Amino acid sequence: MATDPTFVVAPAGSGEATAAVARTPPGARRKHFDQPTGWRLAGRYALLVAVSAIVLFPVYTTIVAALKPGEQVFRNPLVPDAFTLDVLRDAWSSGNLGQYLLNSLIVAVVVTVAQIATSVLSGYAFALLDFPGKGIAFALFVATLLVPLEATLVVNFDTVDSLGWINSYQGLAVPFLATAFGTFLVRQVFMTLPRDLIDAAAIDGVGHLGFLRHVAVPLVRPTIGALALFSFLSSWNQYLWPNLVINDDRRHTVQSGLRLLSKSNLDEPNLVMAGTVIAAIPIAIVLVLFQRQLVRGLTAGAVKG
Amino acid sequence: MGMLAPSAVILGVFILYPLGRAVWLGQQRCNTFGDVCRSNGFDQYVDLFRSVEFQNALAVTAKFALLTVPLGLALGVGLAVLADKYLRGLSAFRAIFSSTVATSVAVASLMWLFLLQPSVGALANVEFFNALFPSVKDPGWLRDPGTALTAVAMSSVWANLGFTFILVTAGLQSIPKDLHEAAAVDGAGGVRRFWAVTLPMLGPTLLFVLVVLTTRAFQTYGEIDLLTGGGPQPQDSTTTITYFVYGQNSPIRSDPGLQAGSAVLLFVILLALSALQLRGIGKRVHYGD
Repeated sequence: MATDPTFVVAPAGSGEATAAVARTPPGARRKHFDQPTGWRLAGRYALLVAVSAIVLFPVYTTIVAALKPGEQVFRNPLVPDAFTLDVLRDAWSSGNLGQYLLNSLIVAVVVTVAQIATSVLSGYAFALLDFPGKGIAFALFVATLLVPLEATLVVNFDTVDSLGWINSYQGLAVPFLATAFGTFLVRQVFMTLPRDLIDAAAIDGVGHLGFLRHVAVPLVRPTIGALALFSFLSSWNQYLWPNLVINDDRRHTVQSGLRLLSKSNLDEPNLVMAGTVIAAIPIAIVLVLFQRQLVRGLTAGAVKG
Repeated sequence: MGMLAPSAVILGVFILYPLGRAVWLGQQRCNTFGDVCRSNGFDQYVDLFRSVEFQNALAVTAKFALLTVPLGLALGVGLAVLADKYLRGLSAFRAIFSSTVATSVAVASLMWLFLLQPSVGALANVEFFNALFPSVKDPGWLRDPGTALTAVAMSSVWANLGFTFILVTAGLQSIPKDLHEAAAVDGAGGVRRFWAVTLPMLGPTLLFVLVVLTTRAFQTYGEIDLLTGGGPQPQDSTTTITYFVYGQNSPIRSDPGLQAGSAVLLFVILLALSALQLRGIGKRVHYGD
């Protein structure tokens, strides 16, 4: 758009708007019509900075505490007047965090890869295949979306226990290898594939799996990226389930490991905060790298209805 | 149907079967050790629902939802609108407002535990804050039955803020600019445009966030486990339903019947709540064309 219609139709008397057009040199970025200026702009910045300070406050106190040695953590908790990396090192080794991060990573990667594979297969079946009982199968998949995790864990604990999977990666991962959410996400996007594409593949004698691998999946890569990040975060952030199936101190995930660190070091907040910082860093990095997938993944649920 | 099999097996074994079995277990009455159980029929659910312990957990959970959901929604919308103008440095502010989405429940809760602990915590050791709010040190907001749930709620609102902010921001960006400009031409000021254009157009987003936040509030476990352990005792002031079922000191922890029954009641309550929200509010939400 070369000219801004609101300025053209601005009623006489609102000289500001016309003046803004006149003042804007050609090629400059077009100003938004209710761009704040002067005091309003300053006020907005002040508000943005103040709110940012409040939002970041818990993060700030955490980092300040994590960098303070010994007793100093109890003095001036808002002032970074001491600096050491010893507490972080101590939390890493005595809190066993390296092992816990690795455990979380293994479980989250297995869950993510499996959820993508199972969702792509079942999403494809629901979107493009006809088979007897499809309606019932679909209804059952929908039903699983309504069941909160907390309603299933009592029995899942018994199942995992009877399989001998307490304190194991299988116990942490296997109940979450499939997701109806992912199935629907993939089904929705597969349904938008042009019919011609599928017919052409059929004529060329490419089977379902070949079509999936070479044509369908590459076409819906953004959706799969969003699902991957969503699955990874959900698995990584699990708290209740690891606390139920892990009681061996070496087998914790980073979340249940943080709990252990906190409960056994109540009088050393700097050590616990150091552990918290270490636990938070990997996800912070992941989210910075995959911002776009995050927004896509989170909003996918919102537009589903 | 080989393609459906992997998903079907996992969802069947780890979601549908456990739900069915929990419904069956829930009508079992067990002895003290939880090893001998016999059927007590549907009455078991009624008794459980009416029990003092479950009623307390339900009241605590409902209060928690009322403390967190409206405030969380309002803050999310407020921040998203605040950061929706074309300003220099806007992406930095957006990154900050989104940042709490990167915290797991354990990370967020431990940050707030350090802030709020009465003896070793940060706020208790800041003099001016202490002078302003003596109760932060004695008895401590997490230890006072009157404030414990509110303190946990603050932590939870903070942790969910990034999620709400991201969704509402995405919702704002999908509102056509023409609508705002047309309203402005008609003489509507900023406040008027917010109520007449922004909020109605955000309807579907807000409904989704409302349902998700309410569901999360009813599933609250980690915050309670790390911040209060369900206490202060003996009132169980912060024992949510999920903590009542799974908590370390739960009175029903060794009773599979009552545990499963409570979990099923949680499922039914959540189902009813979501249906209510989607039906009641969904009707009035404008979904475009």
